[in-house]
Amino acid sequence: MLKELFIKKKKYATIPSEQVKQDVPEGIMSKCPKCKKIMYTKELVKNLRVCMSCGYHYPLPSRERIESLLDEGSFQEYDAEMISENPLQFPDYLEKLEADRRKSNLNEAVITGKGTINGHPLVIAVMDSAFRMGSMGSVVGEKIARAVEKARELRIPFLIFTASGGARMQEGVLSLMQMAKTSAALKLFSDEGGLIISVMTHPTTGGVSASFASLGDYNFAEPGALIGFAGRRVIEQTVREELPEDFQTAEFLLKHGQLDAVIHRHELKEALTNVLDIHQTGGDGAWWEN
Amino acid sequence: MVGELEFEKPLIELRKKISELKEFTKTTDVDLSAEIEKLEARLEKLENETYANLTPWDRVQIARHPNRPTTLDYIERLFTNFLECHGDRLFGDDEAIVGGIAKYHGLPVTVIGHQRGKDTKENIRRNFGMPHPEGYRKALRLMRQAEKFGRPIICFIDTKGAYPGKAAEERGQSEAIARNLFEMAGFAVPIVCIVIGEGGSGGALALGVGNHIHMLENSTYSVISPEGAAAILWKDASLAKRAAETMKITAPDLKELGVIDEIIPEVRGGAHRNVDEQAKAIDEVLKRSLKELLQLDHSALIEQRYQKFKQIGQFTFSTDYQGVK
Ligand SMILES: [Zn+2]
Repeated sequence: MLKELFIKKKKYATIPSEQVKQDVPEGIMSKCPKCKKIMYTKELVKNLRVCMSCGYHYPLPSRERIESLLDEGSFQEYDAEMISENPLQFPDYLEKLEADRRKSNLNEAVITGKGTINGHPLVIAVMDSAFRMGSMGSVVGEKIARAVEKARELRIPFLIFTASGGARMQEGVLSLMQMAKTSAALKLFSDEGGLIISVMTHPTTGGVSASFASLGDYNFAEPGALIGFAGRRVIEQTVREELPEDFQTAEFLLKHGQLDAVIHRHELKEALTNVLDIHQTGGDGAWWEN
Repeated sequence: MVGELEFEKPLIELRKKISELKEFTKTTDVDLSAEIEKLEARLEKLENETYANLTPWDRVQIARHPNRPTTLDYIERLFTNFLECHGDRLFGDDEAIVGGIAKYHGLPVTVIGHQRGKDTKENIRRNFGMPHPEGYRKALRLMRQAEKFGRPIICFIDTKGAYPGKAAEERGQSEAIARNLFEMAGFAVPIVCIVIGEGGSGGALALGVGNHIHMLENSTYSVISPEGAAAILWKDASLAKRAAETMKITAPDLKELGVIDEIIPEVRGGAHRNVDEQAKAIDEVLKRSLKELLQLDHSALIEQRYQKFKQIGQFTFSTDYQGVK
């Protein structure tokens, strides 16, 4: 049975992530951090990393996200080779980047590209918390801004999955300015009628929460995702008031009017398809004639 | 003296010694004029050296000086006909941000800025210049109005950051900041932003998406406070001095990183030494900025602003990429 787990190959037709899987072997078993149930990792991955027992949403690696959503073979990556420099000559930064590149097999904390979801073309950006906690430095900002520019040029929707601890400290104020760069790119795209969909996943905080993550025409989130501007500990230290248990969760934001919907990972593709369908361009024919 | 700064101690001691000697000569017949002259020359030299070689941490101290001029101090000196406009029309009036309409050398403008208090009482009212979402939404309301009437927008940046609190999160601090970044990018009027004190992270940037960004010589602009950076990097907030250097947060640093347009020189020792003089220095740069920007048409203003931010950042391309092709 265990042998079978090793031999059986899952079909990944969209992007060649076989190699990734081999390079970064997963533990055979996983323990759910929420309900503590122990599951086969392989089963969990097949379930889009949603706990079979309690529905806890594990972080979904960016490549698995792309596979799970985009039509087979449709994904074309942008700016894959773009990597960070060390503009502040920050001690150990380049070494940390290199270590994360090896560990995650990612070049940076976001993958961008073009593809289709159930036939609907779009530009997609998927952040990955496995790389520097998904933090945003020059590369993340630039890749997202370029992706938005592409969507603007191609006149197709822009979809972003966020997962980030915020601005990347090691690039200082340059990281901060990426908030303005990405938001400005979205504004120019939006003013030309571009559709922006943001899906916030765990965690989406700080400078990412306070820029593109919150700028969708539709702002969605996955269940239980931590979303907020300031860190819980900072707030506790500042205000000394009791914070509710669900503070800064997707459900908390929904309750306070900050989200359109919280959507289970298994229902996401259908929901996104629906939004894309409703926004399909070229539907200017006189529907009442039918 | 209120707000003596650490690095100024040798100067203060020398000044004290000189005045003591002067007092002494008044009461006795001893002639110390040669000695006093010598000390005064030394003071002059020391002052020149000190203020020409300010470390980033010295500048942080000046930027945080309790008497450092605030947005309203500059509004009073640079503009006429100022009418403060309150409220976001949604929730309330956040006094951590002030804004309104005014004339600048006769030109109708909208002016907005973070506002700290001058004393504890005012600081509590103004939440130490740390805005809630309603502050940013008030600013946005005033900017939209400025665009409607074709008025340039001038923003003064001076905050430790957006307020980290429960209510702020509930009312969408992130969304309020993000919305300002987004909308500021699209206004078809000139926007000039001037950092006058501390420019703390997203809470500062939410008034900072301008065609031109200037900084007072001793102001700072950063992604996180030196204390916060030190706590995260080295688990020790007392290493803030080192973080202030590492994080590159001073006006000369930001000029070099290509983030800001001009450094506005400060009165020697800091803006708090002479607010009138400081306002004049700002006036000179602001006038030049607006003159230049008023030549641009609507779409050129928006494009220039986008390109300004688009070029900020550093990256390269790797040749040994292993991942998704
Ligand atoms: Zn579980």
